[in-house]
Amino acid sequence: MDFATFLIQCLNGLQYGLLLFLVASGLTLIFGIMGVINLAHGSFYMIGAYMAFALAPWVDSVLGGGFFTTLLVGTVLAVVLGYLLEWTFFSYLYEREHLQQVLMTYGLILVFEELRSLLVGDDVHGVKVPELLAGSIPLGDVMSYPVYRLFISGVCLALALGMYLVFTRTRLGMRIRAGSTNREMVQSLGVDIRLLYRVVFAAGVAIAVFAGMIASPVSSVYPGMGNQVLIICFVVVVIGGIGSIRGALLAALLIGFVDTFGKVLLPQAAGVLVYLLMAAILLVKPDGLFKAG
Amino acid sequence: MNARALPWLPLAGVAVLAAYPWIGGEYSASLVARIMIYAIFALSLELLVGTTGLVCFGQAAFFGIGAYGAVLLASQELPSSLAWLLPASVGLAAVYALLMGALSLRTKGVYFIMVTLAFAQMAYYVIHDTPLGGGTDGIYLYVKPGLALGDTVLLDLERGSVFYGFTLACLVAVYAALAMLQRSRFGHALAGIKANEQRMRAAGFSTYPYKLAAFVLSGAIAGLAGFLFAVKDGFVNPELLSWHLSGSVLIMIILGGLGHLRGAVIGAFAYVLLEELFKSEAVFGSFARHWHLGLGLVIILSVALLPRGLVGLLDRRPA
Repeated sequence: MDFATFLIQCLNGLQYGLLLFLVASGLTLIFGIMGVINLAHGSFYMIGAYMAFALAPWVDSVLGGGFFTTLLVGTVLAVVLGYLLEWTFFSYLYEREHLQQVLMTYGLILVFEELRSLLVGDDVHGVKVPELLAGSIPLGDVMSYPVYRLFISGVCLALALGMYLVFTRTRLGMRIRAGSTNREMVQSLGVDIRLLYRVVFAAGVAIAVFAGMIASPVSSVYPGMGNQVLIICFVVVVIGGIGSIRGALLAALLIGFVDTFGKVLLPQAAGVLVYLLMAAILLVKPDGLFKAG
Repeated sequence: MNARALPWLPLAGVAVLAAYPWIGGEYSASLVARIMIYAIFALSLELLVGTTGLVCFGQAAFFGIGAYGAVLLASQELPSSLAWLLPASVGLAAVYALLMGALSLRTKGVYFIMVTLAFAQMAYYVIHDTPLGGGTDGIYLYVKPGLALGDTVLLDLERGSVFYGFTLACLVAVYAALAMLQRSRFGHALAGIKANEQRMRAAGFSTYPYKLAAFVLSGAIAGLAGFLFAVKDGFVNPELLSWHLSGSVLIMIILGGLGHLRGAVIGAFAYVLLEELFKSEAVFGSFARHWHLGLGLVIILSVALLPRGLVGLLDRRPA
């Protein structure tokens, strides 16, 4: 492996890891703060990718502005979707056992997948890379790296930083952290915990949908893409330690690199490597790398 | 215990199942055989989740390994003897369960759920990505196993009716064995671990070997179900190890009602029949293509409205 290939794989691993982090961060937040195991979280990623595909013609004809307007419209829709879903469905799951949450959100996956099939169909679609970012940067003599992938990494990093700042520097972040440690105490101090949960849930959904949308030009749009991401994100959340954003970031990058380099160096074992890594880490640290709370 | 109040219920169930091939005809008897296989599979998980309180999300691994064992170990020319093929396939599943249990039982709660899932995914990818089991295409079992003593054929699983009877016998044997196990000292220890593991340890039980034994036994029973599944269809593919199947079997036992062996069997029947209902074009017409939608809604509603499962409907006592 020469240096240019190595660099390209590093960038790919970084991009994949950061994308995983976006989806996993919502999962770990909802898990850590509300205590809900949300199997349907991968569906939000799928919904995002299909939104990028299905909304684009409509956005183009009504609003104009192409991919970036689609991103904006999709994210707004996602916040609304998350808010409504928390209100009508997830708020009833908080008092239930984990097992029942698993089942009800599993049922939700089936519903989302079929609604997607009814509305958009079961075909595999591609989403065009926006023209502004369609170029690539030459690396060495023959290799080059697409600008769009760098854009994904950049946006993910910016979002990760934004999340970090919200968590550590704002009143909202303080309340969220407090809410994950002791719900009753926060409530009795006069914080509307239900509103707080609704906001966190909507944000988690929006981030997953956003991740699906920006990933769609690279990964294409296909049925079942949500489930694939879901399982890997659970691995990320568990390795990182449930409820820990910092852990999720580290674990996502770790998985991104292991998976990317695994596919290049050991193509036969690539699928297994990630799970092997998870099993190994949990055997040494049964609560993940960073346990929250 | 409610089962004692209605001792005839399981017996009546067995009688109906035994008579079914004569009533229902060949196609639906084949469906019932498939459901009975899922019932055995569900019973294996009930031992872990309902009896011991260990939520395993990788049960499909044992099912798939049992199924692949039946196909890979069998001879492709002559009927293999059940006498060694069955124990060998079940043994493979049990060995993987020993490995998986020994490592994953070090973790607890949600982490345990995820580690078992991870081990199942590993097995899935080994089958899926390597030529060992025909890769994604799966492999066929051309000659089904049988049992012969000298020249007399005792059991020929090629014949549908014999296979049906054999599956029913397996289901009854597994059910009876688990019912006895629950009444044994070992079963009481498992119930104690479910209720309060800390206290069991304080009472002087080393809980780890008990949990590991339950895990291996559960894996072996799931392997038996997988073996039967492979012999029934004569075909295996990697989807038998997929996490969807692990999820489906969890739904079966919860739909039926956790903590009851009956629940696992009732849940398997309810789940597969619901699936068939929503898939049926006679009922839903062209909408049957979207059968997942109905199934998903029923799962959500049944968990919301029947937190104790279908068994809870019969059993009116407060939880």
